Amino acid sequence: MDASRPLPPAALAATPTVAELFAGFLFVALSGFGGVLPWARRMLVEQRRWVTAEEFTDVLALCQFLPGPNIVNVSICIGTRFRGVPGAVAAFAGLMAVPVSLAIALGALYTRFGQVTPVRHAIGAVASVAAGLIIAMGLRMIASLRRSPHALAVTAIAFAAVGVLQWPLVWVLLGLTPLSIGAAWWRRYR
Amino acid sequence: MSDGRILGVLATHFAVLSLIAVGGANTVLPDIHRFVVDANGWMSDAEFADMFAIVQAAPGPNVMIVSLIGWKVAGFFGALVATGAMCGPSCLLIYLVERTWSRFRAAPWRVVVQAGLAPVTIGLVLATGYIVTRGADSDGLGYALTAATVVLTLATRLTPLWLLAGAALLGMVLRA
Repeated sequence: MDASRPLPPAALAATPTVAELFAGFLFVALSGFGGVLPWARRMLVEQRRWVTAEEFTDVLALCQFLPGPNIVNVSICIGTRFRGVPGAVAAFAGLMAVPVSLAIALGALYTRFGQVTPVRHAIGAVASVAAGLIIAMGLRMIASLRRSPHALAVTAIAFAAVGVLQWPLVWVLLGLTPLSIGAAWWRRYR
Repeated sequence: MSDGRILGVLATHFAVLSLIAVGGANTVLPDIHRFVVDANGWMSDAEFADMFAIVQAAPGPNVMIVSLIGWKVAGFFGALVATGAMCGPSCLLIYLVERTWSRFRAAPWRVVVQAGLAPVTIGLVLATGYIVTRGADSDGLGYALTAATVVLTLATRLTPLWLLAGAALLGMVLRA
């Protein structure tokens, strides 16, 4: 199948029910180690076929553009689109019920066993790797900016202000974001 | 600080973060760190790094870290309040946008705004890396693991799961 051609509407499944929304997003929550979004795409576009690939890309772009955890936004967007408020609630619950419960369970385990020496050593080492993963992700992202000195400067300022100087994020964003958008506008329209 | 007051403070702060977390929960992690470790002293740098590690290793969306931190700070209700506050405002916003603003999709100014937001987000992701490195790495093994992870992630297609599992093993063995 050619993935670049949108499916004809007839190929999409019927509008999902509230229960199906819950189940679909539950599947997504249980699937993703590290990155849930690819699983969301798989569930929505390929497995259950509730939206086309193009629609998913649109939804994702919107959800990344607006504030909030991306996958949470996707669940609300999809849930609302098909079944309004009940749909949004079902999708959100399906997505978050297990992760939140799991987080609490892991937190309890950490409280109980976290300082036991071998566990302490293991978690500490995992934390070092986790740090490396995030740094690598940031470095990959920064590659896309390499031709834009303005953007790189903004990145450096954000990093310094928030990471090193530990200024409150709200104020840094209020100051820096308009400047950055202004620079982007200037780059595009000058 | 009393329990009720802690929950109130958690709710307020995470609700604000919810509305500025453009690009996801990852972008506001540096501020969560500032709030929990520096401003309120509810956990140490190392414990924060541990929270991050646990969420990376477990299945589920990254926003789980908010639940975990809520638990650590204020138990079961802390987890619920923190998660609810982190998701609530942004969910409401997207619900309203989805319901009322279909023209939003094609708005040309979106491209410019996104281009402006991207470098900020990247700076924040790197800030998170810096903060977690500071909390997690205090000996040679820690720094080596972080450096090796960066190199292996950028140079190979190795699944993070192997790195995480391998590190856990190495940590237990080499630091015993």
